[in-house]
Amino acid sequence: MISLKGFIKRFLSDPVAIGAGVVLLILVLMAVLAPFLAPQNPYDLMQLDIMNSEMPPSWKPGGDDRFLLGTDAQGRGVLSTIMYGTGISLIIGIGAVIVQGILGVTLGLIAGYRGGWVDAFLMRLADIQMSLSTLMIAIIVLAIFSATFDANTYADYAIFMLILIIGVAEWPKFARTVRSSVLGERNKEYVDAARVIGLPPRKIMWKHILPNTLTPVLVISTIQVAEAIMTEAALSFLGLGMPVDRPSLGSLIRSGFEFIFSGSWWITFYPALVLVALILALNLLGDWLRDVFNPKLRRGDD
Amino acid sequence: MPLLEIRDLHVAFPKGKKTEVEALRGVNLTLEKGERLGVVGESGAGKSMLAFAILNLIADPGRVSQGSITFHGENLLDLSERDIRSIRGNRISMIFQDPMVTLNPVLSIGTQMIETLKAHRRISDKEARKLCIEKLREVAIPSAESRLEAYPHELSGGLRQRVVIAIALLTDPELIIADEPTTALDVTIQAEIMALILKLCREKDVALLLITHDLGVVAEVTQRLMIMYAGLCVETGQTRGIIDAPQHPYTYGLLKALPQKVGRGARLYQIPGSMPPITALPSGCAYHPRCDRATDVCRSQIPPLENGRACFHPLNVPEAT
Amino acid sequence: MHIIAFLLRRGVQAVVVMFVISLIGFSIQGNLGDPLRELVGQSVSEEERDLMRNEMGLNDPFFVQYARFLGNAIQGDLGTSYFFKRPALDVIMDKFPATFELVLGAVFIFLSLSIPAGIYCAIHRDSWLTQFIMSASIIGISVPVFLTAIGMVWLFGVELGWLPAFGRGDTVALPWGWETGLLTWDGLSHLILPSITLSSIMLPLFIRLIRAEMMEAMGTDYVRFAKAKGLSTARVRYVHAFRNTLLPVVTVGGLMIGTLIAYTILTETVFQWPGMGFLFLEAVNRVDTPLIIAYIIVVGLIFVVVNTLVDFIYTLINPMVKLPGAKG
Repeated sequence: MISLKGFIKRFLSDPVAIGAGVVLLILVLMAVLAPFLAPQNPYDLMQLDIMNSEMPPSWKPGGDDRFLLGTDAQGRGVLSTIMYGTGISLIIGIGAVIVQGILGVTLGLIAGYRGGWVDAFLMRLADIQMSLSTLMIAIIVLAIFSATFDANTYADYAIFMLILIIGVAEWPKFARTVRSSVLGERNKEYVDAARVIGLPPRKIMWKHILPNTLTPVLVISTIQVAEAIMTEAALSFLGLGMPVDRPSLGSLIRSGFEFIFSGSWWITFYPALVLVALILALNLLGDWLRDVFNPKLRRGDD
Repeated sequence: MPLLEIRDLHVAFPKGKKTEVEALRGVNLTLEKGERLGVVGESGAGKSMLAFAILNLIADPGRVSQGSITFHGENLLDLSERDIRSIRGNRISMIFQDPMVTLNPVLSIGTQMIETLKAHRRISDKEARKLCIEKLREVAIPSAESRLEAYPHELSGGLRQRVVIAIALLTDPELIIADEPTTALDVTIQAEIMALILKLCREKDVALLLITHDLGVVAEVTQRLMIMYAGLCVETGQTRGIIDAPQHPYTYGLLKALPQKVGRGARLYQIPGSMPPITALPSGCAYHPRCDRATDVCRSQIPPLENGRACFHPLNVPEAT
Repeated sequence: MHIIAFLLRRGVQAVVVMFVISLIGFSIQGNLGDPLRELVGQSVSEEERDLMRNEMGLNDPFFVQYARFLGNAIQGDLGTSYFFKRPALDVIMDKFPATFELVLGAVFIFLSLSIPAGIYCAIHRDSWLTQFIMSASIIGISVPVFLTAIGMVWLFGVELGWLPAFGRGDTVALPWGWETGLLTWDGLSHLILPSITLSSIMLPLFIRLIRAEMMEAMGTDYVRFAKAKGLSTARVRYVHAFRNTLLPVVTVGGLMIGTLIAYTILTETVFQWPGMGFLFLEAVNRVDTPLIIAYIIVVGLIFVVVNTLVDFIYTLINPMVKLPGAKG
């Protein structure tokens, strides 16, 4: 383990970590403060004017000072849609990881502490689910969902569905991590001691074992947020995620894709840039955290 | 000319960007043809480092920073990678500590034996197989023929160590370096394996460099002894002589800690404290913090190795010469 | 492990996966759209409809309907595509060669780059090329596959105009009816961008994995022992160390099959590659239920088959898992 002071010291001595942290901070602030900072409100249809559509960034010929990064086909300012879209991507990413965490930690604790057939069953299930891949599961579920409901209902529930599906489909990663640390902790003296004084298993699990397994959970959470955002973007790009009138970064890229060939590259390019910056910052921070806390955890093992 | 002669060997590892720490701090050693020498010390004393240095196999980022290792009058440190390879596993072979991890789990025993032969001899597959079976018999592996197709996980630890010994013997080496060859084995098998190594070395007149932390083992197998502490030799001489009358307090401590020296019911002796890591060596004699004979001179100066011991206040000093 | 245990484990898993998939397929069929309306339109009276429902067995209990669905499915009858008016399975299988060749191209690129790069980065840990590859790989992991695709289309297809960016190009029919794009220059040139894209997301992951496993293997005692035996550097690296990195690589490879299939959907969509994934997305937009079901079931089958294959390869290269009858 590492003290808070040592943690900060290591952070400040690593330029990559600082860079990733700063980028992430800017993007998060940008998203949180979007209602105050954004030049337009892209959800407000009154502010939209189709006459403003497909304007290039303001420094290009034909650009307009009101739209720094140009406008999309519906006349929305690209900068504003990005600021709001980043927020939606972040909400889905973080929301999905919270669902993953709750499910995964609970099931991982049970699997690790109970052992036996419960463990075998849960881990087998995790194997199958992992190899089916989150994206594939999400595509199929959302395809069925979108074919079942009409477009409006779909648009209303899309954000919850995305959080739920990405959350449920990724539980095995947390469960495995927690399970393996539980197996490490289970036979330690303090657990024996708790058992000897007659604490019920549930209490031992939550009060004694869980706190000792949290470090790896926090470490993988960062990378999981990046993966969830990436999955959401892919789904939205396929038209199975966020609708165009409440766009995430993925749906922005989708709506801009067809205009690349007519030369309106900015509609796709800027959201794509922000998306990659967001995922990259999270991945770099995640890798850095993993190196600091547990060099043994490795990407690719799953 | 001795078979192997090591002069003032230093092995260094980088610490931080600019500085280095030494794992070996000037070790001398000679080994005659067919002679058996024991190198004894606690783990971390630099014994294994010595073994790997001889074969030029110090793992990155460590390096031999000073000294010479002459084998048949040729300095091994000056050889090209190609030339040293023709000595490794051929004229000098090595037996590792833990047979469970020494053999490659995905290659059959036969593959791992035959490749050794093929690296050093022009030999047909058929002859190679014949020779391998012969060596497996020599190390008393039952049904040797069928073992060539076996994989390491199909053999017990004792059998695996026999295979490792067979590989070491394949090319009829002049020197075998055995790095704690029995430490990882079951107690019941340890004596068998040690006896096997001793028997083979005697029969074939092979020199043995036996690295161990166990004074009891060397007493039975070796003719000469070298005690190492924190990267230096602290005492050296005839095995019998040292065991009967140790001069360095550290050797004395090690001997005193042997179970058979203690009477029934008595508490097993332990040298107080532990060996310092190479990154934090005390000034002067590295042993002084644990030594009950230490004085001011021990704290300020490193004792030179004279008359077979590196100590300012030796025990059992023979009467005037 | 014994072969019977192996087959049993795989068999159970295959049955579970296919059962879940068929159940999903069946419940979609029941809930998505009204099969009757698709057949007869709106012009038929309520009584006639009820009669037809009975005839078609739509009023039968759940299990009877499911059993019928399963029976048909096993015979290859997965319904008729609403849009193409042809058996859904035929429509899917027509698109199979395109997807298969795309995956083949991607796997080829991926294998021929990831293994040498991974080994190089493990051996030359501090070289500038390693540092470049490692930094590039973390960026590669962070770029979603559809963005790579868009970037490829924009750069090579639109801006530079070097390579075709849409469709499959000229194909040749092989005797057994397989339309291949691998035998014409046009077909091959169309394959380049999509297969690079599809391999791009796996590549960084596997370079990192191979590097990590290789570095671990290089530090093991058996590699030291191999060196101490006087073996050549090449033999130590490629026979002793690399053989041991294959096991985890194959395992992770097996876990990536689902991801790979999902990425074919994304890649095919951007490049308008006429494969199964592109077809599936169109079917979703058209609510062509039988086609959606057929796709899910075919993908489920592919998944099960490839997974079994990967497990089999694993047992071949891992001597600790041995099938009876094999040598030794």
